[in-house]
Amino acid sequence: MNFFKKIKDGLSKTRQSLVGSIREVVGEAKLDEEALEDLEEVLISADLGVETSGQLADRMRKRALREAMTGDDVLKALREELAELIDETKLGGDAYKPRDASEVDGPYVTFVVGVNGTGKTTSIGKLAARYAEAGRKTLIIAADTFRSAAVEQVAIWAERANVELVRGATGADPASVVYDGLEAAKARGIERVLVDTAGRLHTKTNLMAELEKIDRVAKKVIPDAPHDVLLVLDGTTGQNGLAQAKKFRESIGVSALIVTKLDGTAKGGMLVPIVRELNIPVRWIGVGEQIDDLVPFKAELIVDAVFGEEETGFLQGSLEEAAKRAEEAKTDWSDFDAIP
Amino acid sequence: MAHRSQLVSMFGELQDKLDGFFQTIKGRGRLNEEDVQAALREVRRILLEADVNFKVAKSFLKKVEERAVGQEVTKSVTPGQQVIKIIHDELVHLLGQTFEPLRRSKDTPTVVMMVGLQGSGKTTSSGKLGMYMTKRGLRPMLAACDLQRPAAVDQLERVGEQVNVPVHAQREHKDPVKTAMAARDEARQKGRDTLIVDTAGRLHIDEALMDELREIKKQLRPSEILFVADGMTGQDAVNSAQAFANQLGVTGVILTKLDGDARGGAALSIREVTGVPIRFAGIGEKLDEFEEFHPNRMADRILGLGDVVSLVEKAQEAVDEKEALKLAQKMQSQQFDLEDFLKQIRQIKKMGPLEGLLKMIPGANKALKNIELDGSELKRTEAIILSMTPEERQKPGIIRGSRRKRIAAGSGMKVQDVNRLLNQFTAMKKMMKKMGGQKKMRGMPKGMIPKNLPFPPS
Ligand SMILES: Nc1nc2c(ncn2[C@@H]2O[C@H](COP(=O)(O)OP(=O)(O)OP(=O)(O)O)[C@@H](O)[C@H]2O)c(=O)[nH]1
Ligand SMILES: Nc1nc2c(ncn2[C@@H]2O[C@H](COP(=O)(O)OP(=O)(O)OP(=O)(O)O)[C@@H](O)[C@H]2O)c(=O)[nH]1
Ligand SMILES: [Mg+2]
Ligand SMILES: [Mg+2]
Repeated sequence: MNFFKKIKDGLSKTRQSLVGSIREVVGEAKLDEEALEDLEEVLISADLGVETSGQLADRMRKRALREAMTGDDVLKALREELAELIDETKLGGDAYKPRDASEVDGPYVTFVVGVNGTGKTTSIGKLAARYAEAGRKTLIIAADTFRSAAVEQVAIWAERANVELVRGATGADPASVVYDGLEAAKARGIERVLVDTAGRLHTKTNLMAELEKIDRVAKKVIPDAPHDVLLVLDGTTGQNGLAQAKKFRESIGVSALIVTKLDGTAKGGMLVPIVRELNIPVRWIGVGEQIDDLVPFKAELIVDAVFGEEETGFLQGSLEEAAKRAEEAKTDWSDFDAIP
Repeated sequence: MAHRSQLVSMFGELQDKLDGFFQTIKGRGRLNEEDVQAALREVRRILLEADVNFKVAKSFLKKVEERAVGQEVTKSVTPGQQVIKIIHDELVHLLGQTFEPLRRSKDTPTVVMMVGLQGSGKTTSSGKLGMYMTKRGLRPMLAACDLQRPAAVDQLERVGEQVNVPVHAQREHKDPVKTAMAARDEARQKGRDTLIVDTAGRLHIDEALMDELREIKKQLRPSEILFVADGMTGQDAVNSAQAFANQLGVTGVILTKLDGDARGGAALSIREVTGVPIRFAGIGEKLDEFEEFHPNRMADRILGLGDVVSLVEKAQEAVDEKEALKLAQKMQSQQFDLEDFLKQIRQIKKMGPLEGLLKMIPGANKALKNIELDGSELKRTEAIILSMTPEERQKPGIIRGSRRKRIAAGSGMKVQDVNRLLNQFTAMKKMMKKMGGQKKMRGMPKGMIPKNLPFPPS
């Protein structure tokens, strides 16, 4: 699978419509105050949030005083300004550091967390399939014992991905299921463990406490677990995404994001404030319900995802460059070694 | 609305800001265009932060401006309050003023179709709606027409079991249209008067799957097609809602996951682009966490005014008025002991998860940040008090070292926990003494007696 094509296909709507609307408001005339206000609205309409959109518009306002910009210049300038707002060098800085798989003896444990219905279970199925394809002995722990038929759902994914599964009874204590699962993983020589947790709103302290308990119990079996914590965000979510990321980070820690449902028309712009403010990198994006509808995302592609578009020469250039960077980059942690 | 004045006077970041804008015109008596515009820019920010679609926000603000400019400022309120009232009323008006019940068809069964994007809460809401209908004397049946998502049929069957509503499901073929038709036949045969059809989540741009919904609609002629939308949705809510409305003709909306802290501006966007009423709100994962949609409360929530009305109603439902009154009197007369404390804890427990309750009060989260308020704290407190003798409960002063140890052991807690509880209790009595002088807590709606939470001031 050409992963970059997949990104392009999956995100094409995102990119086209945002870039398209920017073009529309910017037109071929000089960037004047009216156009700037429209531009700000376009950014807001992509869920970038009032603050980020306002700051971007301000930066463009200043810039417009210095240089005359029309059409593609505006897009290019926007990209640059956004790239400056998101300090790439800081990405991951404040996030929970994922452990390098090569340093981990025994099972590499990944928790998958998030609010209700974002796509945790589906993403686990997709990840498991990748690991299995890459020859990793993989186990899913079905720790959502709350939602109706959650265990059955993840069991079907385990079967599709052809990986092992440890399940608990409905209503069982999820922490004890994780305990048993990790014991089994150790005993069976498993290399990758994916823990499917129940959806929980970040505002519910008892449910967040439950997650912390799972964390504590996991450490009893594998002291440095979890090695990685993925927060799954629904790409159609608005400004609440930031609160979700904040609360999950405070509670269990988050090493990276999976953003799902980007095959729709939502632009996923709420990622920008999250990445900006919390420095949590985006690692995967979900672009469909099928098993291979998950594409790896390099943190530095975020700007492309927002403003990139293949039609324009300069953007295509940068997109290809980004792709090359992504392919060449010697990833500093080996979860990416599972990418076909 | 009875609580409006309290609501407006009690809270408000928004109000402070608006009053700030209107400082200059105090005494001038009339809202002028410039001031109103400045204030509305602030309101715009609030709406956008609440995820109201920018176009919807724009047209909304225009209407407010038209109404506000030139209005006489009544003496009894500040200009800020007056503008809030206009905004609030307009918002309520747009959200639809009162609850609209579901239509029924002449033929049985009445068919209600649940549609929407992936993961929005269709299956859960199907079960909730089934329970809601059963409570109202109807005999619903659920139809499992999501043949796509892994274990979707199992999920609906479980949900049906929980709410005691039969589920039509089949596993032989993967044709949701056929399943829907067979379900209708079964409902008819079994004398079920309503059929709730759960469908697979789908993207509004997926033509094949949208066609499938149209086919189910054609065959079953539902009297309601409910668009189930995630209350946390951002700006894109207008696109998906409009597409479902245009392509399918939805008749109503269920907004889910409103138990979180999302401000829910999508409600306004969806309502505006579809023109159909929001019928129900999902307020939790459990199947009874479902209520009729109240435009009033939603307006407060979007504006960040807090859901005071809900809070009051919830409190009233759970609390035995007489008992509460007695407690309140005791508190004031300084005879409040640990026995009463226990009673109070139990009342509060009945009111449901505290976080939910407190979230409805703007600013409460911040104010109570350092106090643990989850149910487990209440349980621990209860356990400690239950390990005391009646005498100890009435005269906490006698609880010294050895008694503390015994109580700790009896309740499975540490001595520190017992100490902490006793300290809290003492602090609380002190606070009551102070308050005893005042007539009534400022701004607290009447009838909201259990406001005296058993927690000391931080
Ligand atoms: N279109 C699209 N749908 C997705 C994507 N990822 C997941 N879904 C769908 O979203 C719905 C919810 O997915 P789940 O994986 O069950 O979500 P979850 O987070 O595990 O849900 P809970 O466990 O109930 O909190 C399902 O219908 C999935 O098929 C995606 O990237 N694109
Ligand atoms: N907190 C909260 N969770 C909810 C609410 N309604 C549904 N959920 C949860 O959201 C998740 C998705 O709910 P489902 O009912 O499976 O959603 P669906 O629309 O049927 O999903 P698909 O069939 O995959 O499209 C589950 O975890 C539900 O428990 C609600 O009002 N509040
Ligand atoms: Mg799940
Ligand atoms: Mg469903």
